This record gives sequence, structure tokens and C-alpha cells, in this order.
Amino acid sequence: MAYLELNNIYKSYGYGDNVTNVLSNINLTIEEGEFVAIVGFTGSGKTTLVNLINGLLKPTSGEVLFKGAPVVGTSHERGVIFQNYSLLPWLTVGQNIYMAVKEAFPQENKMALRQRVKDYVAMVSLSPAINKRPKELSGGMRQRVAVARALAMNPEMIIMDEPLGALDALTRGNLQDEILNIWSQDKRTALLITNDVDEGIYMADRIIPLKPGPNATLGPEFKIDIERPRDKTAMNDNPNYKKTRNEIIAYLMDIGNQRKTVSQEEYVLPDILPKSFVA
Amino acid sequence: MEQEIVLKKEGQGVAFLRPFIAKITPSFNKTKVLSSLKQTGITIVSILLFLALWQLGSKALYNKEANYKIEKALTERGEEAAAAERACIESGDSSCQPNTLPSPLQVWGSLQSLIADHKVITADKAAFVEKMAETNAKLIAQGKDAIVYTGRASFIDIVLTSIKTVFAGFLLALLIAVPIGIIIGLSPSLRSAFNWFIQVFKPVSPVVWYLLVFMIVKTLYIGDSSDNAFVISFISVGLCAMWATLVNTAMGVSSVDKDYINVAKVLKLGTFQKVFKVILPSSLPLIFTGLRITLSVAWMVLIAIELLAQSQGLGLFVWEEFQNGANDSNAKIIVAMFVIGIIGFLLDRIMLSVQNIVSFNKNEMA
Repeated sequence: MAYLELNNIYKSYGYGDNVTNVLSNINLTIEEGEFVAIVGFTGSGKTTLVNLINGLLKPTSGEVLFKGAPVVGTSHERGVIFQNYSLLPWLTVGQNIYMAVKEAFPQENKMALRQRVKDYVAMVSLSPAINKRPKELSGGMRQRVAVARALAMNPEMIIMDEPLGALDALTRGNLQDEILNIWSQDKRTALLITNDVDEGIYMADRIIPLKPGPNATLGPEFKIDIERPRDKTAMNDNPNYKKTRNEIIAYLMDIGNQRKTVSQEEYVLPDILPKSFVA
Repeated sequence: MEQEIVLKKEGQGVAFLRPFIAKITPSFNKTKVLSSLKQTGITIVSILLFLALWQLGSKALYNKEANYKIEKALTERGEEAAAAERACIESGDSSCQPNTLPSPLQVWGSLQSLIADHKVITADKAAFVEKMAETNAKLIAQGKDAIVYTGRASFIDIVLTSIKTVFAGFLLALLIAVPIGIIIGLSPSLRSAFNWFIQVFKPVSPVVWYLLVFMIVKTLYIGDSSDNAFVISFISVGLCAMWATLVNTAMGVSSVDKDYINVAKVLKLGTFQKVFKVILPSSLPLIFTGLRITLSVAWMVLIAIELLAQSQGLGLFVWEEFQNGANDSNAKIIVAMFVIGIIGFLLDRIMLSVQNIVSFNKNEMA
């Protein structure tokens, strides 16, 4: 039995004539402890897919099975890191995380909860900023808070929806390492949604491209056979890396080109001259 | 570096005061001081210009009415009467002064006489209480009601009554509109159920609200001789003013950022937690905008409602002075006008700073 299973998932928005089929025929299995990345173009329905898995959305047809049981609503077992951090701006870093751990561990006392908050804030090295509000933090710091909040609930599976999409390349690299570091400590199952092929290759065990929507579906999977821990600089010379990267990019370029429909219509432009305001 | 987490209000107490502290202790920067001096200067010049225009206008109106009076005396009673009229006006005798827009100085004088009057009345009241202390003690011992001072209210008392009425009305509006707004904001079906009600009653005039409240309160107070003018006026003020808060609260609650709702779902917050930890904080800025409008509407309708309800406030004061038609009545009306305006301005400022404190900048947040 797979850890997470998606069987024949279809998802459409709207009714009647206005119906948009976002996802169709999605089949995916993730084993326990695996790190899977889904790579796709923007607007291909990646966030919809994530929300189906974490339970915020219900599929139009098909089923999402988590440890063999259908997913109904959200669960503390699946931690989510949102694309836009989604921290509550009126709470401090500590309060944001405290709110999450209080819900996840209702039986623990205040001291234990506080300690847990401090530990996770320290883990993402934000201890000096624990009493700051999100608006006082940089984008990378906010995303680290979001990571800490998701992990502090001690979920069995982490779902990341383009967690590093809004960050600059350097911060991005650092956070990738941090997330991998945390992941490798207890090998939780992880699902990463990204639009960056390199990020997928660096972090995941398997990469699955999502063909662009409407009617987005998953493409063939690519296994990443690179030893962990991976080294970013050394990886560039790894023939395996180069091969996989080229394959994935070729595949994505190919479906990207298929998507483009060249307009045959000829436009007749009016014969006009600019008016002279000088004379 | 390890810091203690602040989860309770004690840490936020300082943050709450931060805007005030920043206001009180501005950094002394030369250009800043200069620009603020310039601003103050412009304000002072504009006030002086306003006073000058007012002075000129009132002078013109005064002359027009004085000339008409002399003219009338001349055509109706002959030259001698006209000369007597002129002499009378020029002497400043109160019996024949033109009754028109008062000049700034007259208004200033009226303000001072109102304050002097307040002192006299306060002294009277104190003397009355002293005089009646023994009698009242006896009356209370016998289980009867004490005799209270029922003399004329002073201008300051009147202003205080008005402020009291507005606050009572504002509190009533807050207690009705915010909970209902939250409930209908949370439930789309309740929202449509309430929508017609809001749309129909929102545009109703203060006068009609007063009449409605009067009908109900009159019956409730039947057989009770106590004065219900205050109750009627504050309920009417509350009902007139609550709509802005009701609509804004419902809108704020129903339009909470979807990201926050998703967070609440992913964290599996209970309904209570979701409402108080996520939905309410995120709609606070809109709720406070509504409350600010409510307070200014309350202050605006107050005058009309006090007039109708015969409540001892500024509305009744203005109307009684107008009916009175005494020599300084017009000046007193203008004094009341300024007092109403300035208090309204101050109330709005207070609400604005509270609003600024509770608001967070949505754009700075991601």
C-alpha cells in the first residue's frame, strides 16, 4: 500500500458552460519517506493539485488516499507550506507558530508548547526575530517562519507549494539546503511543487512534470539517481545530473511548444501616419 | 541569542503605545521643525483670514439692518424718531440693536458669559446641596426620595449631556452592529436574509427613527414619571448611526483574505479560534472604519434628535436660543456651532488614531 495515492483525479471549476477542467486523469503514488517534486509551468494547476492533497479542495471525481484512507478535509498529519507564506500579520513570529502547535498538541502544557516554538524558531535560525511581526522580516525570513510553522506541528508528510518561488537565487539556495537538512533528519515524506527544474533535481528523489492546463495531467516520471547529501557545485559535473536535467528540460520544452498555437489570422493594419504637432 | 517568546498582551502593550510615543517625542530634525512651523503658520493665517471675512460679513449685515430700521422710523414716524433710533443704535442699547449674524467679538463675549453663567450655576448647585443636606438626610431616613437640584442647566452641563448621549448611542450601535455584522458576515444565507432589512432601514431619516423610538419607549415608560428624553435620544442616535458599522463589519468578515482562511483550515482551528484569532483581527481595520463613520454620524444626528426629544443637550440649546430671540441668542448659537464642530473633530481624531493602531498594512504582509 502506497503512502499517498491519487487515483484518476479530475478537478474542474465552475458549472455548465463555464466549466474549466483544471486537472484530468491524475495518477500518482508516493511511498513513505520519499521526496517527490512536481514540476510545471505557472498556471498549470499545481496549486490546485496541492490543495487536493492537503484537503482544502475536493476532487470532482477520483480519490485521494492517504495511508489507505480517503482524504476528507485537512489534517495535522500533512503539513503545508504555502506559496505566499500566509503568516498572520497581526501576530509575531512566535505567536504564529504557537497558534499552530497549540492546535496540533492540545494535550501539552504551555511550557512544553513554548519550548517547542523556541526549538523550531531556533531550527530556522530566527531566534532573535521571535517577537517580530511578519512585516518586519525579509521574504526569506518569512518563508523560514512558514517552514517552522509547518514543521512544528510535526506532520508525517510535508507538502510544499512553490515555497521558494518568490525568493532571490541566493536565499533560495540557502533555504533549499535548510529544508533538505531538516528533511534528512527524520526522512518525512515530502512533496515539493516547483517551477524550477534545478530545484527539483537538487532536492527530490523523483521528478514528475505536470503538463500545462487546462486538462493538466502528469507526465512520465524521472528518477534522480544522485547520492545524498548532494553538493550543488559538484553536481554540475555529474553526468547523471546533466542527463536527467536535459531530459526533463527537453520534455518540458516540447510540451510547451505543443501548447503554443500559432495564429494564422492576418491582421490588416490601418494606413495611418503620426500627426505633426510642430507645424 | 535566545529571547523569551511574547504570547500575551503585556508585550503588545508597548507596541500599542508606539505611535503615541513617536508622536510625543519627535526626532528633532531641523527641516522637520521648519516644515511643521510653516504648516502651523499657514493654519494661523487661514484662521485669521476666516475671522476677517466673518467680521466684514457681519458688519455688512449689521449696517444693512440698522439702515433699514432708521429708514423705517423715518417713513413711519418722522425725522425725530429716525434720529432717536440712530442714537439708540449707536449707543449700543440692547433694546434696539439689529439682530443679525454676530461678529467674532460678540461670539467671544457670549462664550465668556456662558462660562461665567456656568460658574454661577455651579455655585448655586453647591449651595443648594449644602442647604438641602440635612433635609435630604431626613428624607432618605424616612425612605423618601431626596430633593435634587432642578434649576437651569449650564452650557458646560449641556455639552456634557450631548457627549454622554453620543457615547451611549455609539456604544449601543457598537453592541448591536458589530455582533450582527460578524454573524451575517460569516453566513451567506443570513446575509441575504438580512440584506433587505439593511437596505430598507439604512436610508431612513433620523427624525423618523426618533419617532419610532419614541412610540416604543413611551409605552415602555408608561406610568413612570421619570425623564425618558435621554433614553429616547441615545437609542435614536444609536439606531441612526449603526448602519455604517453593520455594513462594514459584515463586509470585512465576509472578505477575509483566502490565504488566512486556508491557514485556519490547515491548522484545523476550531470555529471559535477561527473567528477570534483569524477572521476578527483581519477585519478589524474595516470594522474601525465603520465605527469611525458611525461616531461622526452619531454626532451629526444628535443635534436634530435632542431637539425633538427635548433632551437637555446642544440640539435643544440651539433651538431654544433661536426661539428665545434675545439680544445675544444669535451669538450663543454660533458658540454652540463651534463647540459642536470642534467636539466632532476631536471625536474623529480619537477614532482615527485608534483605527491606525489596530490596522496593519495589508501590502506589507505576504
